[in-house]
Amino acid sequence: MENVWIVVAAYNEEKNIPRVVSGLLKAGYNDIVVVDDGSKDNTCEAAVKAGATALQHVVNRGQGAALKTGIDYALEQGADIIVTFDADGQHRIEDLPAIIKPVVMDVSDITFGSRFIKKTKVPLMRRVLLKGSVLVLLLFYGIKMTDAHNGFRAMSRRAAEQINITADRMAHASEFVEETRRLGLRYKEIPITVKYTDETLRRGHGSFRQALNILYTMIVKRFFLR
Amino acid sequence: MELSALQIIAILFALFAWSRALLRLKDRKISGLEFGFWTVVWAGVIATMLLPKTAEFIALSLGVERPVDLAVFVSILLLFYLVFRLYVKLEQQGQEMTKIARSIAIRHPRKK
Repeated sequence: MENVWIVVAAYNEEKNIPRVVSGLLKAGYNDIVVVDDGSKDNTCEAAVKAGATALQHVVNRGQGAALKTGIDYALEQGADIIVTFDADGQHRIEDLPAIIKPVVMDVSDITFGSRFIKKTKVPLMRRVLLKGSVLVLLLFYGIKMTDAHNGFRAMSRRAAEQINITADRMAHASEFVEETRRLGLRYKEIPITVKYTDETLRRGHGSFRQALNILYTMIVKRFFLR
Repeated sequence: MELSALQIIAILFALFAWSRALLRLKDRKISGLEFGFWTVVWAGVIATMLLPKTAEFIALSLGVERPVDLAVFVSILLLFYLVFRLYVKLEQQGQEMTKIARSIAIRHPRKK
């Protein structure tokens, strides 16, 4: 049996994290690491109480930084497969087996969840931004994806060891794609369903300002920091 | 040589700014190279103020009619460059901070 670790980056998710962690435990995923990214509430305590291992950033460093911390920790603990999963409950635990399977079968080094393969109700504004991001990924990295900035992914130990995430904030999602291309990793998109609630819409990746921020980071990194 | 009020203010400001750079060098807050850079910048400002004819000649030979246009153009370029350097520095510091936060977090896992 492969040693699967679930990495959850959480910021001010005291309310949602117990439900996410207990759901994962119930489904048989016992190795869960929640990275509390300098939350102002009791996310860390809530995660520990729910049964996860919790790591705490002393200051907020962003989702990319928190995921990398969790991935590094999971690798240290001997993870064979690492899954990144959102803390706000918008990912469905039922989709986990499908996203892990190609990595377990060794047909993919990394899998990305996609909300556009199956018909999912995605709010219009978010759909436009995500499709725009898909186009940006194609232009920047030459990789044709159906979805962008989906935080649900699974990767093999070898892939996790090689992938170098340097973007501390939201641009890390594009960096996973960039690294997949750079390292020549075998990848696959897996249909998943994203549960949108008012809260996830308010806090998620989908705002126009965030999209501009990500694009800006990508441009600066690509053209000026190399 | 008669100097206008603006020229005097600009020269005094350049001397003041250069003295700040010199103090930072003494405190070892900036490197010799950085101090050299600021010396060239402020010396350039003073030279332009004291020798307007030379500045005019340089501007004309670069295809710019008025020295003040050249000064604005060069200043904007310089500002862009400095903002970019600041950005890179901030980015590097952010990454250092992340490394520290990560290292503390991984060393102190919390379990039930």
